[in-house]
Amino acid sequence: MSSSIPVRRFDTLVIGAGGGGLRAALQLAQADAHVAVVSKVFPTRSHTVAAQGGMNAALANVLPDNWHWHMFDTIKGSDYLADQDAVEYMCRAAPRLVVELEHAGVPFSRLDNGKIYQRPFGGQSQNFGGDQAARTCAAADRTGHAILHSLYQQNIHAKTHFFDEYLALDLIYDDEGTILGAVVMEIETGETMVIEAKATLLATGGAGQIFRTNTNAHINTGDGMGMALRAGIPLQDMEFFQFHPTGIAGKGMLITEGARGEGGYLLNKDGERFMERYAPNAKDLASRDVVSRAIYTEVKEGRGCGPNADHVMLKLDHLGMDVIQKRLPGIRSTIQTFLHIDPASESIPVYPTAHYTMGGIPTNRHGQVVAPLGQTAEETVQGLYAVGECACVSVHGANRLGGNSLLDIVVFGRAAGNHIIDYLKENRYHRPMADDSIDKAMARLSRWGQKGEGESVRQLKDELKKTMEDFCGVFRTDEILAEGVDKVIALEARLQDARLQDHSKVFNTARVEALELENLMDIALATVCSAHARKESRGAHSRIDYPDRDDERWLKHSLFFKEGRKLDYKPVRMKPLTVDSFPPKARVY
Amino acid sequence: MNSIAEDSANIKARLQWRCRRGMLELDLLLLPFVENVYDSLSAEDKHKFHLLLDLQDQELLECLMLQTPPQDNNLNDIISQIRSTV
Repeated sequence: MSSSIPVRRFDTLVIGAGGGGLRAALQLAQADAHVAVVSKVFPTRSHTVAAQGGMNAALANVLPDNWHWHMFDTIKGSDYLADQDAVEYMCRAAPRLVVELEHAGVPFSRLDNGKIYQRPFGGQSQNFGGDQAARTCAAADRTGHAILHSLYQQNIHAKTHFFDEYLALDLIYDDEGTILGAVVMEIETGETMVIEAKATLLATGGAGQIFRTNTNAHINTGDGMGMALRAGIPLQDMEFFQFHPTGIAGKGMLITEGARGEGGYLLNKDGERFMERYAPNAKDLASRDVVSRAIYTEVKEGRGCGPNADHVMLKLDHLGMDVIQKRLPGIRSTIQTFLHIDPASESIPVYPTAHYTMGGIPTNRHGQVVAPLGQTAEETVQGLYAVGECACVSVHGANRLGGNSLLDIVVFGRAAGNHIIDYLKENRYHRPMADDSIDKAMARLSRWGQKGEGESVRQLKDELKKTMEDFCGVFRTDEILAEGVDKVIALEARLQDARLQDHSKVFNTARVEALELENLMDIALATVCSAHARKESRGAHSRIDYPDRDDERWLKHSLFFKEGRKLDYKPVRMKPLTVDSFPPKARVY
Repeated sequence: MNSIAEDSANIKARLQWRCRRGMLELDLLLLPFVENVYDSLSAEDKHKFHLLLDLQDQELLECLMLQTPPQDNNLNDIISQIRSTV
């Protein structure tokens, strides 16, 4: 079968055209490597475009700052699960990367003195936990958009070859486990192609679509993570998924903490300001996980609002039109657009929303994928790299700080690009192709050509997302998670019986969604199994039955393998590159 | 399927893929509109919808949320139609 598929050859294949993929591709193309970028949507429609907040770098333009304080905040924020060598590398590199982006045309907002403006974000401190720092550089509220467009234009200039609207199906690997490229499908024609590469980089973003209520674009189906799992590579720390307490119920868009910061508060169906019971002092401004669990509990105990009693209300109308219009104009316009109500006169239905995948494909700080394949916990998978939200390098550990995700993608995109340049010098020729690996990828695709009655992909996807929300969301106990594992395994079995009704080739989006669902199913299973196994609370993983962090038993990374649904663990890299380690301490803000 | 029907189905399928964007807000505004309303639009409005899809995500979002008017005034009407079907 494999002999009939057209083949294209490149030095490097980059899968995913968000900020991480494009930053790596740029580094390579500027070094005259022959680079292909495969993206399932037009590159500037990647999810990086939605990152509005900004990018952290210790420039000290507004308040005193240095990279070492940034490093401390990131490690503390991660609840000490981040690898300290990778964090040091990222925080040291940050100022240089901001300057570089600015020189490339990203219009960062400025201070009156001409320097780059920096805004304070939660979790930022001066002097290792002291006063608030101001570390986030932003191009108004379109930072992700500005970075993505700049990188895309630079790549076009550097002659990166783009395969737009191609879906990557599977990695190709030989008997030694070396990655040789990928099988891809042109969405317009349904035709497949082999892209052979000496090095392949996965930069496919997060997997927010495993949850019903989430803030992610529909494209965030974790395709690279699914490809890695199917190639025998584990996913790391998947139990750590960042939730935001106030998403618009049933839709997922985020209502920023600023709404509660301005005086908004939450109500249950009895009109009770219930946060007073859960957090008597901080009330509605308690930390994200506390507010999220309180909302879940109210709904679960029958005090939810609406016909299905499945959300609570966020009240803002008492703030008055002037405050809302002046301080929360973006929220007002979102609410008016999607709910056709005015928050100045009516309350908003809200529910916790899944936001960011901290876990992912395990890598070292050069972006090389590492796995316990032989003798040690971190052996490199030859020819494979991963960066950004699909990867777990790990700089976010158990909880990511605002402003660190855009930083992550540009720092490690660049680092991976540089490492691949060296790798290409040592690996100058393409290896022999592995036809059986190609056949396997083709079999996965052709399976969707089976006709007849069967389970509906859309229905299975909805059930999976609801299951993950109910059994692996913000409220986690042994009982709930065990039930979640069983339910996802049952859904996985039903997926084998799913059939498509549309078998056309041209722009068959139903088939694309089926292939995406296979990725979501594998990732959901990795997430719920890892969450069930981790018997402690750390960062975003919050267990009611194990409310404390347990460094003695659990200061370690989880690794989930698809084969046999096996879990393994490896130590956290506590030793930074040059400075002293930050030992775990209670995380108090 | 005859070839005209096939062409039209292909155009629709292509359009659905073009409505997959980088932001959840855009997915929620555009995809239901294509599925439920697009077919009933006049040829002129269909053309305007295609023009709207040519905008970059950030610009498109700002137009659809009425934060910034579109540079092309002719698109105001299709923007209202999309908003009214959310």
